[in-house]
Amino acid sequence: MSVATTEEHHAHHPALQHHFEDLGQQHEASTLGMWFFLTTEILFFGGVLLAYWIYRIMYPEAWSVGAAQQNTMFGGINTIVLIISSFTMAMAVRCAQTNAQRMLVAFLILTLIFGSVFLVVKGVEYHKHYEEGLLIGQHFTWHEHPDLAPKVELFMCFYWGMTGLHALHMVIGAGLLIWIIWRAVRREFSPEYYGPVEVMGLYWHFVDIVWIFLFPFLYLIHRH
Amino acid sequence: MAEEPISHPDPQHHVTSVGVYIAVFLALAAGTLLTWWVSTIDLHAWNTPIALVIAAIKAVLVILFFMHVIHSTRLTWIVVIAAFLWLGVLFVLTFADYLTRAWKIY
Repeated sequence: MSVATTEEHHAHHPALQHHFEDLGQQHEASTLGMWFFLTTEILFFGGVLLAYWIYRIMYPEAWSVGAAQQNTMFGGINTIVLIISSFTMAMAVRCAQTNAQRMLVAFLILTLIFGSVFLVVKGVEYHKHYEEGLLIGQHFTWHEHPDLAPKVELFMCFYWGMTGLHALHMVIGAGLLIWIIWRAVRREFSPEYYGPVEVMGLYWHFVDIVWIFLFPFLYLIHRH
Repeated sequence: MAEEPISHPDPQHHVTSVGVYIAVFLALAAGTLLTWWVSTIDLHAWNTPIALVIAAIKAVLVILFFMHVIHSTRLTWIVVIAAFLWLGVLFVLTFADYLTRAWKIY
C-alpha cells in the first residue's frame, strides 16, 4: 500500500469505482447486490425442493426405497468436506480483513482443494449409480422392486437434478475461486478493499447451505 | 482538491474472531453427526421434522456467522429475511393447494 494521507486515500484508492462515494458504500453495495442474487438462488433451489416434497408425499414408499439406494457414508463425508471448505472460506475473508496476504492465498487454495474433493467423491458416487442402473432414462435398469421402479426412477430424477445443479454451482464456484486466488496472489485485496473475497464467500456458503438440506433429504430421511 | 467525502460506515465492519469460526464449524460438524445418528433410530413421524430442524439450525449458523449477517446493516437483514419470506409463500400456497385437494394425492 502506498503511503497516503487519509483524505487522498479515500479519494484515490485504486479499487474505488467512480460511481461510489467511498469504499464503505462500495462494499455495502456489492454485498447487498450479492444477497439479492442469492435471494433468486434460494427461490430457484426452493422450487426444486418444493416439487421434491410434493412427490415425496405422493409416493412415500418409492422415496424411501430411492433414498435407501444412496450411500450415507459418501454423503456424510461430503457434508463434512463442504463444511470444512466453508470454514476455510470464512477464514480467507478474515485474512483479507486483517491483511494476512499469504494466509489469504493459503485459505483460498484450501477451499478450492476441499471443493474439488467434494466433486471427486460426487463423481465416484455418480459412477456407482450408473453401474447400479440408477441413471434415468434408457439406462435405468434397476429392478429390485419392479412395482416401485417407475417411481424410484422419479426419485432419481430429483436426485440427479438436485445434486447435479448443486455440483454445477460447485464447479462455477471453483472457477470463481481460481480467479479470486489469482487476484489475491497479485495482492489486490486489503483491509480497505476485500469486497470480491467477501462476495465469493457469500456464494460459497450459500452452496454449502443447499447441501446441508440435500444431505438429509436425499440420503437420510428414508430410514423410518 | 478532493471534496470532503461523505462518510459511510467503515467497510471493515467487524472482524470475527477465529474462536467463533471454529465454534461454528464444530457446531456444524456436530449437527451433521447428529442428523445422521437420529436417522438411524426410529422416531416414527418425528424423524423428518427433526432432520429439518437440524438442517435449519445449521443454515442459520452459516448465514449469521460465516456470511456475516449478524454484523450486517439492517438493509441486508431485510433482504435476507425477505428471501425466506418469499420461500415461505412459495411453500405455503403450493401446499395449501396440493394437500387440500378433494381427491387424495397421498
